Amino acid sequence: MTAAAPAGARGRGAIGALTGRHRLKPLEALPWAAAIGAYFLFPDYLPLGAQVLVMVLFALSLDLILGYGGIITLGQAAFFGVGAYTAGLLGAHGWSEPITGLLVAGAVAGAVGVLTGLIVLRTEGLTLLMLTLMINVMLYEAANKASAVTGGSDGLQGIVISPVLGLFRFDIFGRTAYLYSLAVLFLAWILVRTIVHSPFGRSLTGIRENVARMHAIGSPVLLRRLTAYAIAAALSGIAGAVLTQSTQFVGLESLGVDRSGGVLIVLILGGFGRLYGAFVGAPLYMIAQDRLAALDPAYWPLAIGGLLIAVVMLARGGVLGLCGALLASLRGKGRR
Amino acid sequence: MSPPPAIETRGLCKSFGALPVASDIDFRLERGARHALIGPNGAGKTTFVNLVTGALAPSAGRVFLGGEDVTALPQARRVKRGLARTFQINTLFRGLTVLENVALAIGEHVGVAGDLLRPAGSRREVIERAFASLERLGIAEEAGRLVHELPYGRQRLVEIAVALGLEPKVLLLDEPAAGVPGAESGTIVETIESLPEDIAVLIIEHDMDLVFRLARRITVMVQGSVLVEGTPQEIAEDARVREVYLGEREHR
Repeated sequence: MTAAAPAGARGRGAIGALTGRHRLKPLEALPWAAAIGAYFLFPDYLPLGAQVLVMVLFALSLDLILGYGGIITLGQAAFFGVGAYTAGLLGAHGWSEPITGLLVAGAVAGAVGVLTGLIVLRTEGLTLLMLTLMINVMLYEAANKASAVTGGSDGLQGIVISPVLGLFRFDIFGRTAYLYSLAVLFLAWILVRTIVHSPFGRSLTGIRENVARMHAIGSPVLLRRLTAYAIAAALSGIAGAVLTQSTQFVGLESLGVDRSGGVLIVLILGGFGRLYGAFVGAPLYMIAQDRLAALDPAYWPLAIGGLLIAVVMLARGGVLGLCGALLASLRGKGRR
Repeated sequence: MSPPPAIETRGLCKSFGALPVASDIDFRLERGARHALIGPNGAGKTTFVNLVTGALAPSAGRVFLGGEDVTALPQARRVKRGLARTFQINTLFRGLTVLENVALAIGEHVGVAGDLLRPAGSRREVIERAFASLERLGIAEEAGRLVHELPYGRQRLVEIAVALGLEPKVLLLDEPAAGVPGAESGTIVETIESLPEDIAVLIIEHDMDLVFRLARRITVMVQGSVLVEGTPQEIAEDARVREVYLGEREHR
């Protein structure tokens, strides 16, 4: 019996691992400290910074369904674009208040997520990938053809956005854009973080790990996946709306399939299913893109491609996965 | 009138294309039964389990759970009515800890799994219950390990712990001891023997020692049909069953 006591104690440690998982760790303050620091350190780069924050938000929404739910999609820009155009159309037709505009954009994108999710989430794997891509392409073409409403390939003109809270006008230096994007991202992060640690979020992880088992323990799998899909769609829509409002412009590229691919690259670079992959991948991808495009405006995608191949071949868990593996091996050596 | 059986199937049929894998199966699993389903490989035993749980839709026939027709109900709704199963091949959340595998099942069972806002970690009662079920199966010291790190035999015990976490009224065990070394095999037999009497248990198994130790009734399936059903003694003495099994042994 004496041998059983330490074994049991070791097992009980697993209880602590589950009950303590949702508590905030000091390291989780790092992205926010970095974002606020960047505001003061790089005042000339705030418009780019705002775009990075929008990309973080967009990638965070994708992480919820891809990293946690295991829903592989190549069409997330559909929702980004729906949100972007919703905010743009509101602003162009007299509804210039930004916060209600964001909420409406999120609701519309979420509704599109429910409608399309009801169809595509009945499938898996390659079929799912193709269906999400097709919905994205169809929406892009619809926006292209409906130029009377959307402005077609010229983009939507005449968007007017009032100052945020009636106080902060969107300025040409991108100060308001940056802080507005940061505030929205922060709220979205709280929401996504709450969800992934909730029983619902854990059941999403279960669906990713083994769908057959989830059915066999009585989980309503389609409902769970649809709920996650709709929330991710709404958040993607809000990301699109933030971009529209802060630039006071929306074009077809907000619905572009290459944006769907880009956000996937961001998440693979950063590491998916870790909540913070978006925070690492988006700055890495967008700053690399910005610097490389300045070096060579034509061939910069080649270098991005090389970066992606390197990550996929050498670090399957992305940058965060690599950091985790390094930390683990350091700790292992310390013990020895 | 006697209470309805835990499970009943009437005229259950399933074909994959032209290949019939279940033909006209009439079957009753009584309440509190200890019933074994045996037969050579490819007899359709696992298919039958999949038809009962709803993982497969039958081509014809009906499935009743506690006297109610559940043929049209999806898998998850049947689970909510007390039907749990284990899989012939481990079907677990391999990247999660042993404890969380069971906690997910209990979370679904007690109805908290749809909650989006409160942290899963604050549901201490769910986690403690999961841990207690691991203790009953003697694998509590593995609670914090990832399932894929465990030896296969230990994973079989997790498979059973997950099913028991659902507090089933009907338990379908698909070859629970297959590929399990002696010590764990003993734990599995003891666990099944110590289940509450009111749980109906259907066990598919190739190990005849185990079948004759656990089962009070045995159904023999051959080529998608029920060949014979009876007490262990009747089955042991049945000439047709011997023929099927001796014939199979010669093929090996």
